[in-house]
Amino acid sequence: MMPYPTAKPFDRPAPVLPLPPQRRGHALRQAAGHLRRLLIPLAAPMLGLALFVGLWAAIAADGRIPGPLATWEAARQLFADPFYDRGPNDQGIGWNLLSSLSRVGVGFGLAAAVGIPLGFLIGRFAFFAGMAAPIIALLRPVSPLAWLPIGLLVFKAAHPAAIWVIFISSIWPMILNTAVGVRQVPQDYLNVARVLGFSELQTITRILLPAMLPAILTGVRLAVGVAWLVIVAAEMLTGGVGIGFWVWDEWNNLNVEHILIAIFVVGIVGLALEQLILLVARRFSPGQ
Amino acid sequence: MEKHVVLDHVSVTFDTPRGRFVALQDITLAIGRGEFLSLIGHSGCGKSTLLNVIAGLVMPTSGAALCSGREIPGPGPDRAVVFQNHSLLPWLTAFGNVYLAVHKVFGARETKAKLRQRTDAAIALVGLAHARDRYPHEISGGMKQRVGIARALAMEPAVLLLDEPFGALDALTRAALQDELMRIVADRQVTVVMVTHDVDEAVLLSDRIVMLTNGPAATIGEILTVDLPRPRSRLALADDSRYHLLRRRVLEFLHQRQLRPAA
Repeated sequence: MMPYPTAKPFDRPAPVLPLPPQRRGHALRQAAGHLRRLLIPLAAPMLGLALFVGLWAAIAADGRIPGPLATWEAARQLFADPFYDRGPNDQGIGWNLLSSLSRVGVGFGLAAAVGIPLGFLIGRFAFFAGMAAPIIALLRPVSPLAWLPIGLLVFKAAHPAAIWVIFISSIWPMILNTAVGVRQVPQDYLNVARVLGFSELQTITRILLPAMLPAILTGVRLAVGVAWLVIVAAEMLTGGVGIGFWVWDEWNNLNVEHILIAIFVVGIVGLALEQLILLVARRFSPGQ
Repeated sequence: MEKHVVLDHVSVTFDTPRGRFVALQDITLAIGRGEFLSLIGHSGCGKSTLLNVIAGLVMPTSGAALCSGREIPGPGPDRAVVFQNHSLLPWLTAFGNVYLAVHKVFGARETKAKLRQRTDAAIALVGLAHARDRYPHEISGGMKQRVGIARALAMEPAVLLLDEPFGALDALTRAALQDELMRIVADRQVTVVMVTHDVDEAVLLSDRIVMLTNGPAATIGEILTVDLPRPRSRLALADDSRYHLLRRRVLEFLHQRQLRPAA
């Protein structure tokens, strides 16, 4: 701050060149502001990750779980050859991951094909809502894995049973969000459709579906999250090729580094799936 | 003047959980072709319901509503509505919103190029050519309402229904849009019914002002003919004694004879 003469004006002359240093200070402060705006969004996550790795290393120090460095070394070897194939019980992590993703894709795709139209009917017609409400309320809180024996019994094979578990666990968010989406379409939009003289089909395709799309995609995003969450547990029980079975296999081999790697891989793939759907949502619902 | 829209002893009642609610009672009114008619009254007096009867969005419980001599069967593109809150579809640009209506009305008969041309003409008419590719959330309230008007006009309706079209806008924007509406309507010989609670707006724009009594069971209290010559200029009217007299009569109706119900 510049000292300002107040008490004795003649005693102390005002500084002759007050502006340049102040301006330079201002520019500096502005640059610091820019730097801060750039760094803080980067620095906070970096610090968080560093603390996390530090904590991990501290816990690993007594040797019960592998530390970050040992895990990193194991990951480098593992990812050097992710797609090897030495028989059904020994395949690269890439194959396991792809196998899990395809199960999630099929189960989740079937759930979307059934759940979104069902949610639409429930949201649009009060009668369907009344019919479905008790069933949904009863079945939704059931743990996904409780459905596995039913799947094994009906399909008599592990692979379709795992898909069945994905289907039944990822269908609820899509039904519920689609139904809410239909109900929340403003009456104004429907009045526009009526004034324009749209048929029921035109109203659905031109007004309802685009208006509901953000809600549907929210349901899809939640469903993918659930599906990816459940697949690891389902595959632990069903076996075969898949990231969940791989974790179990490595536990039997007591290869804990690989279990930790699997946890990171599952997390990163889940994050990527969610971001992918957010990207689709932004692309297809401008302005909403 | 040829009768375009005729309401013959129209009553509207709604069934509510607390019993029957009579919104409108015994409304009889004939609107001429090319006439600009305003509906004015206190909030909740059923102005919008009456507009919705003409739009076909609400069916009369008793009596008949006719347009061009035929009973109004439901909503239709010959009676375009500009909604109070613009009701633009947020996932479509200004062009897309207008094109949706143009395509519905003319799509079966005209080429894509002609439909685009119609859409662009309607957008240019309301002075929004520069914003044709903007989404509703990217433009101001006044611009949204212009798009709503462009969408209605692009359908080339016989009747234009305006439900408090400028109610949500600031005074300057409202004045600009009122002037534009007067210019556009004068060019097109379209019948206009406008719901408003703005006395100046009603006097400035209308050929006749229908004043509704307070609800429930609202009905027509008085009809005022506005015989000011057109084209009208808001500046010239500011010093016009006839304008002030008409304005005073609407105010008297609203504030003496129909005291605002306890809100």
